[in-house]
Amino acid sequence: MKILNLNINGVIHTKAVPATMTLLDFLREEVGLTGTKNGCDSGECGCCTVMIDSKPMLSCIMLALEAERCDITTIEGIANGNDLHPVQEAMVEKGAIQCGYCTPAMVINGVHLLENNDNPSETQVKECISATVCRCTGYNSIEKAMHSAASKMRKARHG
Amino acid sequence: MAKAPDFGYKIIGKPVPLIDSRAKVMGQALYTDDIRLHNPLIIKILRSPHPSANIISLDTNDALNLDGVKGVLTGADFKNTFGVLTISKDEPAIARDVVRYEGEPVAAVAAETEDIAIKALALIKVEYELTEGVYDSKKALKPTEHPLHPELGKENNLHKNVVQEFGDMERGFADADVVVEKRFRFASINHAFTEPHATQVEIDNQGNITVYSATQVPHYLHMAMAEVLEIPQHNIRIVKPHLGGGFGGKSDPFPHEMIAAKFALDLGRNTRLKFSREEVFFSHHGRHQTDLTMKLGFSKDKGITALGLNTLIDGGAYGSFGIVTTYYNGVLLQGPYKVPNFRFHVDRLYTNKPMCGAMRGHGGVNPRFASEVLLDMACAETGLDPAETRLSMIHKENTLTTNEYRVTSVGLRSGLTEAIKRTNWHEKHGKLPFGKGIGVACGFFISGSALPIHWNKLPASTVRITIDHDAGVTVYSGATDIGQGSDTMLAQMAAEVLGQPLENIKVISADTRTTPVDLGSYSSRVTFMAGNASRNAAIRMRRLLVEAACELLEMIPPNYDRPDKPDNFFRQGGRKPDFEQGFLGPNPDYADGFIFEDGLIRSEKHNASVTFLEAVEKALEFEGILQTSGTYRAPKMGGKFKGSGAGLSPSYSFTAFIVEVTVDPETGFIKVDKATCAHDCGMPLNPLAVNGQIEGCIHMGLGQALMEEMVYDNGATQNPSFLEYKIPSAFEQPEVDIVPCYSDDSEGPFGAKEAGEGILAPIIPAIANAVYDAVGIRLTQLPMRPDRVLSALEREKKRGEKS
Repeated sequence: MKILNLNINGVIHTKAVPATMTLLDFLREEVGLTGTKNGCDSGECGCCTVMIDSKPMLSCIMLALEAERCDITTIEGIANGNDLHPVQEAMVEKGAIQCGYCTPAMVINGVHLLENNDNPSETQVKECISATVCRCTGYNSIEKAMHSAASKMRKARHG
Repeated sequence: MAKAPDFGYKIIGKPVPLIDSRAKVMGQALYTDDIRLHNPLIIKILRSPHPSANIISLDTNDALNLDGVKGVLTGADFKNTFGVLTISKDEPAIARDVVRYEGEPVAAVAAETEDIAIKALALIKVEYELTEGVYDSKKALKPTEHPLHPELGKENNLHKNVVQEFGDMERGFADADVVVEKRFRFASINHAFTEPHATQVEIDNQGNITVYSATQVPHYLHMAMAEVLEIPQHNIRIVKPHLGGGFGGKSDPFPHEMIAAKFALDLGRNTRLKFSREEVFFSHHGRHQTDLTMKLGFSKDKGITALGLNTLIDGGAYGSFGIVTTYYNGVLLQGPYKVPNFRFHVDRLYTNKPMCGAMRGHGGVNPRFASEVLLDMACAETGLDPAETRLSMIHKENTLTTNEYRVTSVGLRSGLTEAIKRTNWHEKHGKLPFGKGIGVACGFFISGSALPIHWNKLPASTVRITIDHDAGVTVYSGATDIGQGSDTMLAQMAAEVLGQPLENIKVISADTRTTPVDLGSYSSRVTFMAGNASRNAAIRMRRLLVEAACELLEMIPPNYDRPDKPDNFFRQGGRKPDFEQGFLGPNPDYADGFIFEDGLIRSEKHNASVTFLEAVEKALEFEGILQTSGTYRAPKMGGKFKGSGAGLSPSYSFTAFIVEVTVDPETGFIKVDKATCAHDCGMPLNPLAVNGQIEGCIHMGLGQALMEEMVYDNGATQNPSFLEYKIPSAFEQPEVDIVPCYSDDSEGPFGAKEAGEGILAPIIPAIANAVYDAVGIRLTQLPMRPDRVLSALEREKKRGEKS
């Protein structure tokens, strides 16, 4: 067992866990943050994506101890209380959510893209979305949501 | 964008986000494995590494003796087999003596931690005697001394054979100007939902269990589990939490559900089980591998004159929905066009592979590919335009098909006409440069199966609505939201009838203890059936509120027994509405002379009103509680011949696709550039959700068309992961143009029909027909991989050189 202090959504969580525990298990099983999903356990589907030091990473194929001294943001840390992030808002509005299992990962990747580039090309949006497997939507509505969120964020930033 | 006609509705036909979107986008929606039960035992399943073997011995002692292991189950612990269909309950929860597919459960362990459970699996000693398996449907037809299911008393591995013939095939082909025939082959494909199967079981101190499971069919699971565990249904409560996609892949009762529940009962502890992605592929239940030969007779003047097919579908080791699939491979060809002379012969075979079952478009997808490609060939041979020809052949409203399906509403003609216009079809078809092509195909699907799986007289769906003392409305339904948004649809029904904003309607669904029975999310039945039930429950509630309002306003309530205007007042096929004994018929009007809006109930005639809350309070004075129920059952329909109930539905949807592609003759790579879709789902209740279904069907059809296939080597699954089983990404998904298309179905709730499945089938042949237009090859095997495109091009080139 190893004692880990992980900074998740701005809160330090201290847990004694096996050194082999994945970050995904730490989040879901130790802390109870079940918004991050486990679709394949092997880094193929992308549903376990979280933000580590502002970069999207697959939490199912990284060890929890690798994330020490990092800022970890999960889907539970994206909205500001009840105020949705523009990406979340646009996903709801555009009908980009059906079963919702890939949604947290789509949001994390979208937030990462748009926080760094609020005027992304079609290809950049497609690349961002391609990080996660979605079986329900056909991706069209998610693309629309990303572009719509980008436009809102541009307006908010540049007036 | 799907668009609804304006009938003056407030909620119906308006694009609304699914009511659980906000919870999902914030990571708050709880899926089965997100639920936290107190101190659960972790369940792991030991799976057979062999597709065909006898179990000689099974030693679980070392596993049981491991610290932290609480129990081990083997096949001997389960007496009863099960299956979703009462007529093929052939699957054991754990293999007993015989293993029929690679990955079949042979034992299961319950332990304090996952690590211990995994260690324990390695300590179970299984001695297998390998037996000769059968991995191919043709071989499965041959006589054998050792069929997979000797209990059926058959000499081969045939599970089900269906032959139906209508009209005069010989004459039909004689009447044809052209007869085309081809053999088509289809790989098995997987649903590839993102949430792996999961089940958790909570046990109370009286031995009752609550089973949280990722299932599309809580009711069927409830029944099967009671039988397998040999306890009454009332000791079991099935709850479906949020569900991460189904597409038919979670529409059977599963062995792991029985195992998790059995451990909970035996050990008196909560249990938790979740599949790895590999286990999802091993369990499979996907679309049947299919070998199909079809012959189509076509006349320039009369359209299709005859259609015949011989089909082998590879069912894998167990029955699942297979008997239905067998029928659907034939019967769903009875639309969207008239087929006067029709014969099909379908055999479903047992093989030593993971079983196949229901998958989106169930049974209708592969034959649709064949018929639409053959129709395209017939048009090419006779020089007719394939889009205009299809347009002229679509069923008319209120017709009976050759096999006596009652086709009521048809809205596709205007949709296809518009699609032809929008795509500039006539400027493009046959006129694009080599490598660019445009193709068309149409489809047809049921809006729910009219007949239940279990023969009983219960309604197909029942919904209960309550209103509490501060006017909060709750809809209780067994309907299973699997991500398609059925909860939202149920709420829309109640909101429209009761004049409430959508956010005032709470939905409690898919919980066998608190919600009335709905048969489940399969066969595109939920909108039509549960929708009607919700609407009818709301109409009954409306009556109670109107009566209360009249009491407050000192008015005489409407005469519900003898309405003034029988045509539009709670209309139900000429009968007077029966609120007390019977049920409201399908899609009744509810023009009762009152308007429910802005929190008021207003009499149209007298310009007097009370608030909704005042009416609720008054009604509560009479009743104590405010509660109504509504039901739906399909009318009596269908022919008087064996198997006439298969594919029988109260209404049918129609779809057309025009697809534009680019084919690279160097690489054989097909890129779908644009898909234009017209789908007649009756009234689009929620255009945003309809769009999502159309785009999702395009994705899934595209996958089957171009890349998806389960690969088996002598029964061994070769690609059980998302790296090896590729599904389309955002880069493959084409631009989508959704053409407004609707009809007003007389029985669908507010005129609605299905929008979830029928869309999938025609996109695939539309792609194939576009490929023909682009490079002149007819592809007859799915997926249309680049290597197959290249060999077809090579063959075509050689043929050209010869002639």
